[in-house]
Amino acid sequence: MRSAKLDALLSRYYTIIIFLIPALTIFTLFVVLPIGEAAYYSFFRWNGYGAPEKFVGFKNYEFLFKNRVFILSLKNNFYIIAISLFVQLPFALLIALMISDKLRGAAFFRTIFFLPFILAEIVTALIWAYIYDGNYGLVAAIWGFFGAEAPFVLGDKDWALVAILIVIFWKFFGIHMMIYIAGLQAISKEVLEAAKVDGAGPITTAFRIKIPMLIPTIKLSVFLSLLGSLQLFDIIMPLTGGGPSNVTHSMVSYLYYFGVMRMKVGFGSAVGVVIFLICLFIAIGYQRTLMRDDNENKF
Amino acid sequence: MKLLLKIFFSLTFLTFYSSANADTIKWLHLFGEDSSQYPNMVRAAEEFEAKTGHTVVMQYLENESFKAKLPTMLQSNDRPDIFYSWSGGVMYDQAKAGFLRDISDVVPDSYLDTVSAAAADAFTFEGQRVGLPLQVSQVAWWYNKDLINQAGVDVSNIKEWDDLISAVKQIQAAGITPICMGGKDKWPVHFLWTHLHIRNGGKDLFLESLNNGGWDRPEYLKSGEQMLELVALEPFQKGFLAHTWPDQAGFFGDGKCAMALMGNWMYGSQKSNSASGEGLGDDNMGMFNMPMTSGGLGDAGDTLGGINGWLFSSSAPDSAVEFMMHYVSLDIQKEDAANGAYIPIVKGADVSLTNPFLQQVAQNISNSEYHQIFYDQFLGADIGRVVNDVSTDLAAGIITPEEATQAVQEAWEFNQ
Repeated sequence: MRSAKLDALLSRYYTIIIFLIPALTIFTLFVVLPIGEAAYYSFFRWNGYGAPEKFVGFKNYEFLFKNRVFILSLKNNFYIIAISLFVQLPFALLIALMISDKLRGAAFFRTIFFLPFILAEIVTALIWAYIYDGNYGLVAAIWGFFGAEAPFVLGDKDWALVAILIVIFWKFFGIHMMIYIAGLQAISKEVLEAAKVDGAGPITTAFRIKIPMLIPTIKLSVFLSLLGSLQLFDIIMPLTGGGPSNVTHSMVSYLYYFGVMRMKVGFGSAVGVVIFLICLFIAIGYQRTLMRDDNENKF
Repeated sequence: MKLLLKIFFSLTFLTFYSSANADTIKWLHLFGEDSSQYPNMVRAAEEFEAKTGHTVVMQYLENESFKAKLPTMLQSNDRPDIFYSWSGGVMYDQAKAGFLRDISDVVPDSYLDTVSAAAADAFTFEGQRVGLPLQVSQVAWWYNKDLINQAGVDVSNIKEWDDLISAVKQIQAAGITPICMGGKDKWPVHFLWTHLHIRNGGKDLFLESLNNGGWDRPEYLKSGEQMLELVALEPFQKGFLAHTWPDQAGFFGDGKCAMALMGNWMYGSQKSNSASGEGLGDDNMGMFNMPMTSGGLGDAGDTLGGINGWLFSSSAPDSAVEFMMHYVSLDIQKEDAANGAYIPIVKGADVSLTNPFLQQVAQNISNSEYHQIFYDQFLGADIGRVVNDVSTDLAAGIITPEEATQAVQEAWEFNQ
């Protein structure tokens, strides 16, 4: 005879299993299987037509890590992450601290700063391609005003990446600002009032109360920013298409240009697998270290 | 009542029967509504629909999107029956993988007799006919007469590469941008490097390299050195690496530079992409062939260009081939030739060419003993794109001729 406790436990698991099946099926079909397939294809020289037949072992990976453009695109991703974490996020936090209070005009600025994020990434990139145009763009107009000949930043291999980083900064700082504002507004009014009574000025309040209480939000925003930077693709395509001379590729645009466009599906799969492993490594590492305290609180 | 039922069933059967025999032919192309061949494409489709009861569905994709999307489309159930092709390596890959239909049985000899044999042969693979040709094209130097005269250059003196270099210097000295270039799209730049290959190496070395490798041989290194000699003069418009092919055509049409190395489609594109929509007039435009290089193994009459046409996907019905034979026919090609849309491949259609530039190109190609299809198409998607990349890197001055040829050789080895 089974005990009532066992029955309860079993019925609990049944419920979990029943609820898990649909999600697990979809996850397996659309996430696990494609990753497994990509890993399999990455060992073949295959142009995507018919079935892969030419097994080449680790040659695709070997070629990848010796490829100058891939190493460069890895570096570019690193720059994008660095700019996102060390420039974009602090700036978003600063603005959030300035306009999170319910002051006159705050809502207006919030909307203005958030607007770029609403634009589709392709649209953003196209708009900026016009802005950067050395003949007719805003840059040309500004330079022209001072009587100088405008540079073509997107065609200049020293400046093209900087130009892309500016667009990324402009486009995404708004969403991080919104996340911080939401976090700041969740801080209890009593705490802030108590600080005020104790004589804390706005800077002390920001550094001693608001930012420390915002740490979980900041961790989340850092995480989103990290993964977003690794996935960057659609801003690069219309702006430079990875050029000039392939100096502005991200790992994903590299995958597209060198895998998909060249019909090297086996090689492209190898790039995909490497990107996946990097993302996985960062995600797990992040969860295990920085997010650990939050996870422990939850479970 | 019985009679009514009989009529009902007969009608249903008839409708079913006729619709079961009417094919929907999906035709994927890259000609926008403002292109000069578009009206006759529509006309051919309408005529064919009226004659046969089949339906022709035209699908348009822009050039770059077309190339990017096609491999996926061919493997889906939504694949087109007929699609555009530059023949060469990309077509061979598609044929090897079984994505093309062998249409030998559907195309009668009587039809093949009407088209240029060389053009029709470009659309065969291992004895199978997989497509039909539409047009041929040639890459040449286009120039703006006003600007060239202003600089005091006489193009009839440009016989050798060194003459071209001198002309560029002269144009530059007159304060004019010598060459328009669409560096962002890369393929416009590869014309420069690969046309030098054709002059320096000729047909035999090309075939030797294609079959046995050797893309890093001295003749090809020389092309890189010559290109760097030109690049050192900074002959392209400012920011050329950020400009696309339509920008290049527009700048030329707007008279912002003196020359451009481009296929004969430049004629129409410089008009449609110019700010005014008018471009340069016929009397203000000229063309000359890529000059010879000293000691080059090629012939001055060898041409670089395309043989473009239509391929049939593995599931294409016979009617798709019949439709294409209706479209690529004397009547329509004559009219397109008269409109200056392209250089036709149906025999006898070229007499309708009234455009002096297209007439000249048609003449060049028919005189040429070696018409090399664009490298980036002929060598397949992979090696072709490497050629485009390194050509652009040479134009940007960031790689050496050795690195450029080595990269192509490595790509060739990687594909063996």
